[in-house]
Amino acid sequence: MKKKVLLMGKSGSGKTSMRSIIFANYIARDTRRLGATIDVEHSHVRFLGNLVLNLWDCGGQEAFMENYFASQRDNIFRNVEVLIYVFDVESRELEKDMHYYQTCLEAILQNSPSAKIFCLIHKMDLVQEDQRDIVFRDREDDLVRLSKPLQCACFKTSIWDETLYKAWSSIMYQLIPNVQELETNLARFAEIINADEVLLFEKATFLVISHNERRKHKDIHRFEKISNIIKQFKLSCSKVAASFQSMEVRNNCFAAFIEVFTSNTYVMVIMSDTSIPSELTLINIRNARKHFEKLEKLDKNRLNAGRQWRV
Amino acid sequence: MFKLVNMKYILTIKDFFNVQNHKQKSSKQMESHEGFGVSVGSMPKAAFSYHGEDDDQIATVLSSDVKPRILLMGLRRSGKSSIQKVVFHKMSPNETLFLESTAKIFKDDVSNNSFINFQIWDIPGQVDFLDTNFDLDMIFGGTGALIFVVDAQDEYIDALTCLHQTVSKAYRVNPQIRFEIFIHKVDGLSDDHKIETQRDISQRANEELHEAGLTDLHLSFYLTSIYDHSIFEAFSKVVQKLIPQLSTLENLLSSYVQNSMVEKAFLFDVVSKIYIATDGSAVDMQSYELCCEMIDVMIDMTCIYGDDESECACEQDSTCIIRLNNSSILYLREITRFLVLVCILRDEAFTKRGIIDYNILCLQKAIHSVFDVRTKLNKPNGVLPVEGMNSIGHLANSTNA
Repeated sequence: MKKKVLLMGKSGSGKTSMRSIIFANYIARDTRRLGATIDVEHSHVRFLGNLVLNLWDCGGQEAFMENYFASQRDNIFRNVEVLIYVFDVESRELEKDMHYYQTCLEAILQNSPSAKIFCLIHKMDLVQEDQRDIVFRDREDDLVRLSKPLQCACFKTSIWDETLYKAWSSIMYQLIPNVQELETNLARFAEIINADEVLLFEKATFLVISHNERRKHKDIHRFEKISNIIKQFKLSCSKVAASFQSMEVRNNCFAAFIEVFTSNTYVMVIMSDTSIPSELTLINIRNARKHFEKLEKLDKNRLNAGRQWRV
Repeated sequence: MFKLVNMKYILTIKDFFNVQNHKQKSSKQMESHEGFGVSVGSMPKAAFSYHGEDDDQIATVLSSDVKPRILLMGLRRSGKSSIQKVVFHKMSPNETLFLESTAKIFKDDVSNNSFINFQIWDIPGQVDFLDTNFDLDMIFGGTGALIFVVDAQDEYIDALTCLHQTVSKAYRVNPQIRFEIFIHKVDGLSDDHKIETQRDISQRANEELHEAGLTDLHLSFYLTSIYDHSIFEAFSKVVQKLIPQLSTLENLLSSYVQNSMVEKAFLFDVVSKIYIATDGSAVDMQSYELCCEMIDVMIDMTCIYGDDESECACEQDSTCIIRLNNSSILYLREITRFLVLVCILRDEAFTKRGIIDYNILCLQKAIHSVFDVRTKLNKPNGVLPVEGMNSIGHLANSTNA
């Protein structure tokens, strides 16, 4: 099932860097090497196995932008599922940025009116920490206002911290077809094994795609932090030509288990009852694995069956 | 045997001679002894808790084996404060761009959170303190190691001149100081260029010393950068030279490694990710980096899910097991509040986990007796120290701020 995701924004705003970090296992520092994107770069990203994201990374230089709105308009803006528009927070041409953005929205309204719009205010690391919220709120208000009648969701991001993962996680979440079913099953699983929390990560990108919380936790940003942590570790492992299969962190207050789950996901289980031996939790996870594999297969078949009926 | 007790070292030499009065003085009073410079970290209430107030404990404080200080010197903008922040305060290297020039000598006492009972003195580069009224005897007298930072991306002729002056002056005051030269900011250089720069700098520096007649002076050179693990590796080597118990620890680790079929073992200081000791086999940089990353993961996860309000002064028994797909396992176990043991072993070896765990228990006891660190700090008036909360759980991690 292919879903078209457009990634647009001015030249140098950070689109290719973001994409490289999330989908191509770059670390933030490596993105320095990236050059300007010429015209449109297509990439197909397998996400959750049965989902293929058709990512259109549209070069932001003026010549290309003009082209998109003129001759390539229909080609680019048709059948769009998601539009991700990237704004460089340090840009000195705010008017121009907004103008391009609005032109994009017009094209979307004409060709794919049901597309979901996400606006990323990027490079927030260049703003002083105490100013970040204020700056972001300002931009968000402007964008929401300008986007009408379409609705947009705004995020502040930076490749140097976990905000990148939060934004992309939310975007991916919108794209997963059976997310409700996944969540119900996860809830049952968490209940049975008496876990504090269960998280489901997509294997390649380590974005959180589903979670169940049985015990309140005060840190609302923990999901993206964990994505960031694990992703960093994964990248370090790749330097020694290895990848990690499982992780267990425990002390006398909690125990965290990260295990390979289905062919496209990892699961993280948090237990606060440390008297339960690790092996018990691991056995439970192993047994649940079979159930979730079946779920994924069912889903795949459902989607394939659906496809047969499409003209 | 020298017993490294959990106490802060004193700032000035004259305090060494006031040791008899320490027991009576409260920690508050000692703060006024700061000679010059900006704030030191807050004094923990357990500052002078001697474990058993016997006289030989006090005598060891006075012994000249005690080297409580590491100096960070170099020209301005060479990277001294950045190094200190990244290694000991968990600052992300990117954030060091925002650090301002150091105006006064910054005395950083890291023994609060770290096993390393040293003070790191960050000496501002723009102040030519060699010819002002700074008490050189006092500064160099109590110093164990002098780290001179040279910016490899800049013209280093001036740095070499300054290096020569500093090193000769320091050597005259205290010939026991170990001189470590960090050839810094090498992340931008190619491998060949790095080797060439190191060769050039070491040749020039040694030549100058030779000409000045200081042939006994030995300089060690390290290629470092805050953007990778080389700075931690270099600092590890510097610190290891200053720990008197190093050979004992190495022997303990070697014997542990042999008996547990472990491939490699490191004893890390959790906060700074400096390794205090390792077993006899060679250190592979990649393994070291992987272990550092594992410690990061463990600390970050503990920060998120660990219990913040933990009042217990005892250790938290942190454990971390990471299985890799190449049949290797990374195994981390807490040894003391500040030290963790990180082992790299194979899948098959880990099936005998019971034996490994038992060996770790023995190792732990041995290390404890080497340092005589007790899990519960005993204060004479029975009050639990505020800093009894586990420092592993409390580390704020700036990469995830």
